[in-house]
Amino acid sequence: MSIKEDQNRFRDIIRGRIKEDFKKYVSQGELIGKRENEYVKIPLPQIDIPTFRYGAKQEGGVGQGEGKPGEGTGEPGDGQGQAGNQEGQHMLETEFTLDELADILGEKLELPNIKPKGNKNIETEKTKYSGLAPVGPEGLRHFRSSYKKALKRYVTSGTYNPNDPVIIPIRRDLQYRTFKTVSKPQTRAVVIYMMDVSGSMGDEQKEIVRLESFWINTWLRKHYKGLETRFIVHDASAKEVDEETFFRTSESGGTLISSAYKLCQKMIEDDYNPADWNIYPFHFSDGDNWSGEDTRLCTRLLSEFFLPNVNMFGYGQVESKYGSGQFLKDLQKDFPADERLVLSQIEGRDKILDSIKDFLGKGK
Amino acid sequence: MANLTPELERERVRICKIAKDAGLDCFETIFELITYDQMSQFAAYGGFPVRYPHWKFGMEYEHLSKSYEYGLSKIYEMVINTDPCYAYLMEGNMMMDQKLVMAHVYGHCDFFKNNIWFSKTNRKMMDEMANHATRIRRYVDRFGIDVVESFIDKCLSLENQIDRHSVYNEVSRSKIEEAPRANNLMLKYDRDYMRDYINPPQFIKEQKERQMMAAAKEMKFPIKPERDLLKFLIHYAPLEDWQQDILSIIRDEAYYFAPQGMTKTMNEGWASYWHTKLMTEKILNDSEIIDYADHHSGTVAMSPQSYNPYKVGIELFRDIEERWNKGRFGREWEECDDVRERKNWDKKTGLGREKIFEIRKVYNDVTFIDEFMTEDFCVRNKLFVYKFNKQTEKFEVDTRDYPAIKAKLLFHMTNFGQPIIRIEDANFENRGELLLSHLWEGVDMQPDFMSETMKNLFSIWSRPINLATVMDNEKYLYRYDGKEFANFKISGDKSAADGAQGEKK
Repeated sequence: MSIKEDQNRFRDIIRGRIKEDFKKYVSQGELIGKRENEYVKIPLPQIDIPTFRYGAKQEGGVGQGEGKPGEGTGEPGDGQGQAGNQEGQHMLETEFTLDELADILGEKLELPNIKPKGNKNIETEKTKYSGLAPVGPEGLRHFRSSYKKALKRYVTSGTYNPNDPVIIPIRRDLQYRTFKTVSKPQTRAVVIYMMDVSGSMGDEQKEIVRLESFWINTWLRKHYKGLETRFIVHDASAKEVDEETFFRTSESGGTLISSAYKLCQKMIEDDYNPADWNIYPFHFSDGDNWSGEDTRLCTRLLSEFFLPNVNMFGYGQVESKYGSGQFLKDLQKDFPADERLVLSQIEGRDKILDSIKDFLGKGK
Repeated sequence: MANLTPELERERVRICKIAKDAGLDCFETIFELITYDQMSQFAAYGGFPVRYPHWKFGMEYEHLSKSYEYGLSKIYEMVINTDPCYAYLMEGNMMMDQKLVMAHVYGHCDFFKNNIWFSKTNRKMMDEMANHATRIRRYVDRFGIDVVESFIDKCLSLENQIDRHSVYNEVSRSKIEEAPRANNLMLKYDRDYMRDYINPPQFIKEQKERQMMAAAKEMKFPIKPERDLLKFLIHYAPLEDWQQDILSIIRDEAYYFAPQGMTKTMNEGWASYWHTKLMTEKILNDSEIIDYADHHSGTVAMSPQSYNPYKVGIELFRDIEERWNKGRFGREWEECDDVRERKNWDKKTGLGREKIFEIRKVYNDVTFIDEFMTEDFCVRNKLFVYKFNKQTEKFEVDTRDYPAIKAKLLFHMTNFGQPIIRIEDANFENRGELLLSHLWEGVDMQPDFMSETMKNLFSIWSRPINLATVMDNEKYLYRYDGKEFANFKISGDKSAADGAQGEKK
């Protein structure tokens, strides 16, 4: 079937295998779209062929609904409806639960499942709602389908009165949600994010870290129920912060990477016994460290404390205008073939997925 | 070819008859039952089973099949404007859905056959598309997929630069008036001695100048500004034979699809009008009515920030039918401003049905909205104009003012809401450069897309491209010479051509 050829061509372009110059038309969109409760929207990649056209935001349009002038209309979106036979251009947005998202990520990057360490005998049970049945507890009654069934009965039997559209469901109409129980081995895991917030890390670099950490969390959360996350920022000294501050902090000043590693070590020693916990420290920086002395201290901490105790240690180096990138080279030199230390260089936003594959591709 | 199940075939025969009895006049319509994967494929190909190889179809296919697999959307119907009409039903849909699709499709078929804007389309497009595919595949075999596809990319970048109305007045176009040429500069004189009195030297000089001007104008190329950029390039750009052929294929297909874009609202409105009518009055049985209502309301739902042609179309047709049934038109009605009288106005004219059939024959979206969208209609349907607020970075309701709504809709529909661009001069500055001008109507072009498109155009025309347009309320001439972009401010009201002498920014 020739459409498959076209599809492969398209995928090759998206992946940058052919037509490098097309890369700029690929709208990855925000890798994380809007987050509403547990749903995440991500746009599917799309290539826009350039044409003479109007700027979208200037243009505006006609909509329908309530609201006074000045009130927001919400985000643009494609309404539900039939797709016609006509050509149209639109951005397709899909909505996923975090679980589904993790599956898609795993499938897309061909990530191996993680084999957790820890006590495998303790299992937790989880209920999953999966279908509808005519019997069940009242609390699980599914209103919409019960109503629809009752309405159908009224209409078929000819008793439906449009002027007095009262529907009284009888026993036979009621529908209940059913669930099944799935058991999961209970394992505990913690992710400790460390980030260099010295002056050379700009907003773009932090945004990349934010996106990376989101995907790492999503993936790990699929494998560990009750994943904990901790955040450390550092310049010349390190401190623990909450998630929000983590992505906002901006400091100037020098960089002592060891400060963060020491704090992380203390955190693990105090709160997370490596025998019970799956531990994932990730460190992001632009690769500038204050001195060779400090770098040597870091490598010692890594080889003596971290690597024996953690599942894996991830170091992501985000390209920035100012960073020398020396730290990555030092680590490569000192740990040429240690599986537990994963190094990844992130050149820009479109390399995020590659980097995630670096980090999570080992199945640790 | 049809592979319907006996049950579906029975319904098809029945629905076809119901549609005919209701006055619909369709080409013979062949329904085929296909799987969702085929449906995604055909839809990606614009309804056709075979198209030329290009990644954009792959992208469309990926989007469609993904969104089906994730349960986001589903294509229910697809119908192609050919004679006979081909339409597709998806395997595994509910019987009610299949009936709905059939009723809807007969609406489209009637529209394709009878609407004047479709009268020039090639009704054997199925074969034509397959021929196009074969020709392009042959080029792929000879020159390689990368070369051919890259060229197609460039053509598609200019695909919207056609003159949609040219097909309807081809005759008058081809007749380029022969300008009367005065070989003899002098006025007629009977006697030799009168010669210098009737034609003084000053007059002769003026005449000469005038003739030179006329000649210069004729030298200008194209003589009149040209909207059909594709046609122009096919004729005059330095292309290889195969490139010329591909460009003309892209152009043919663009013209084939153009009327569908010009009548989107009417066409969907008409089909929806008829499927509701036929389904609720004749086709449905009692047990299906709830599912039908559920499905139909989803189809015509309109969200605050999207224009749904199904919704606006069907509401307008219903409104028109009611107005002509009750005699709510003409001078008397327009001049009546008594609210109560207007509300109860019913002259029992009963012309509604006749009127909507007339409309489906001769109108397109622009004329349809312009003539029949009334203030009452906008209020009743809660329409508004939204805009992007740069301060809050959000889309907001701008106004519910009736003229503004109409103006915005018409703006979007004229030329498909795309900027109108014409070739002014193909020998700009006497250096074989191309000068385009954008008829600016208050909205700027998207700068990055504009420059990329100019690059693509350059690679076809092979000489520098100039484009006069407006950005941020200033007139600019943009120029791409194959290496870099430059822009010049065009001062005051001078024409674009003067811009090149303007100051370099």
